[in-house]
Amino acid sequence: MANDGVDTGRRRFLTATTAVVGGAGIAVAAIPFIKSWLPSARAQTAGAPVEADISKLEDGQMVMYEWRGQPIWIIRRTKAQLDALPSQDSRLRDPKSTNTDQQPAFAQNEYRSLKPEVLVLVGLCTHLGCAPKLHAELKPEPFDPDWKGGFFCPCHKSRFDMAGRVYAGVPAPSNLVVPPYRFIDDGHIMIGVSEGAA
Amino acid sequence: MANRLTRAVTGVQDWFNDRAPSFGPFYRKHMTEYYAPKNFNIWYIFGVLSMVVLVNQILTGIFLTMHYKPSAAEAFASVEYIMRDVDWGWLIRYMHSTGASAFFVVVYIHMFRGIMYGSYKKPRELVWVLGMLIYLVLMAEAFLGYVLPWGQMSFWGAKVIISLFGAIPYIGGALTEWIMGDYLPSDATLNRFFALHVIALPLVLLLLVVLHIFALHEVGSNNPDGVEIKKGPKGNRWSDKAPADGVPFHPYFTVKDTFYTGFFLIICAFILFFEPTAGGWFLEHDNFVEANRLVTPEHIKPVWYYTPFYAMLRVIPDKLSGVLVMFGAIVVLFFLPWLDRGKVKSWRYRGTGFRVAIFVLGVCFVWLGKIGAGPGTDPVETVIGRILTALYFGFFGFLLAYTGLGWEKTKPVPERVTGHD
Repeated sequence: MANDGVDTGRRRFLTATTAVVGGAGIAVAAIPFIKSWLPSARAQTAGAPVEADISKLEDGQMVMYEWRGQPIWIIRRTKAQLDALPSQDSRLRDPKSTNTDQQPAFAQNEYRSLKPEVLVLVGLCTHLGCAPKLHAELKPEPFDPDWKGGFFCPCHKSRFDMAGRVYAGVPAPSNLVVPPYRFIDDGHIMIGVSEGAA
Repeated sequence: MANRLTRAVTGVQDWFNDRAPSFGPFYRKHMTEYYAPKNFNIWYIFGVLSMVVLVNQILTGIFLTMHYKPSAAEAFASVEYIMRDVDWGWLIRYMHSTGASAFFVVVYIHMFRGIMYGSYKKPRELVWVLGMLIYLVLMAEAFLGYVLPWGQMSFWGAKVIISLFGAIPYIGGALTEWIMGDYLPSDATLNRFFALHVIALPLVLLLLVVLHIFALHEVGSNNPDGVEIKKGPKGNRWSDKAPADGVPFHPYFTVKDTFYTGFFLIICAFILFFEPTAGGWFLEHDNFVEANRLVTPEHIKPVWYYTPFYAMLRVIPDKLSGVLVMFGAIVVLFFLPWLDRGKVKSWRYRGTGFRVAIFVLGVCFVWLGKIGAGPGTDPVETVIGRILTALYFGFFGFLLAYTGLGWEKTKPVPERVTGHD
């Protein structure tokens, strides 16, 4: 092909601008397809807050609700369980709950809860999403001779204390998640919204 | 009569040649004039066998989609419907599910063959990298497929694998919601996994297989001696320009491959009819129970072909490091052609260190597979798993040092392929 008299600068400019504009067009056109994978309006509605009734929950009892397909545990902790919490600090990975992804700001305290005795947790192991089992009694367990109550995950042996704080040296990297929640009154909790939010 | 028939056939051939003159040369380049080394041994049937399994997966897959319902409410029941009520549905379903395991059996052997005989080395690096991409897509394809029956292990396996992406800092949480289209594996997840499993990834897979074969046919096949037949003397019975040690792929190797494919299919049929789930190895017992998001199975474990990597994830106490090591174990394989600096290809003529090392690699892989398939509660096994993981990566480090620093003492490589006239 004859290239005589071709303005190569002009040709390069046109090639480059066409590539850039075309690339930008493809990138923008990809947005609807990528966004179509986000949770749909229906999925978001199904993920709306859930009201839990804890008026009949006795000391040491646990009740389970479901929010966004996740098991939500509500446990009324006994005084013995609460008193034993500080004794575990040295054996925990994150005793002060410094990982702010794992709980709303209101639960970044010693008990990881709004009211000390009422513990609200997402019942999924932070390792690979299995369901840890509640071993509430303060007695030696096969997996821990110095057990002060807490949760044991049968999948990969992760252990958590009675505030859902993870022990050091287990596969789970972080404390159990505290979901956003608020008290409607003493006997009712709304799971899925924090204090102050609508 | 014969004359008229011959004329008719020639006429049709000419008609095609006029309109598509490149079809004939294309066929000859890849079949009758593709000269493969004549010393191929049994290790060289697994590439063809993986093609056979691929065809099986596509055919049985098409027929399964005719009865399967990709929705969380109906998926499990529709698979049971296929198994019980559809005429021969059980056979088609088992051909597909057992075929998945057969796929990985032949692919793992095919890959190990490549390492044994140095088939990844120059000039076949691209063949190896394309093959690794096929392996990667195949793993994704198998994972997506395992979710579709919506059994307990489908659901919890999906949850675990998707949660791996949650280990990525900052975007992890949003990324997992984007993948699932919900806050947990749900109808939306199943539906899109179905689309990916039956359309998107098979297309990618087929394209990669074509590229893998084209790339191979550019450079020519390696062989058990690791001798480049294209650099050897020229001239054989079919062409005076072709390598003397090569024979036409068709009909010589197509016949050989067909013969071995017969054996392979007999073994597959035996498994299909007598042990289709292989005692929980090909289809786990938990997957015969419908998915229940509030009940975790006691042991969540993937199917056997992922367990070596799953074991690495599990023996590492930190989640992000575990995920990185697990994916690193696959990524490092991509770089094998450049980590191995040795010039000699076949293990027949390589140093003792290499022979020992590939043996250790094989043992690590199988043993890690066993650990990954177990309950993972034995602390001794965790320690063994860590050692095996270190040895697995150690293979690549050792290979780099062994070949890069000139420690390897190779044997002389013959001029021509051996064992044949």
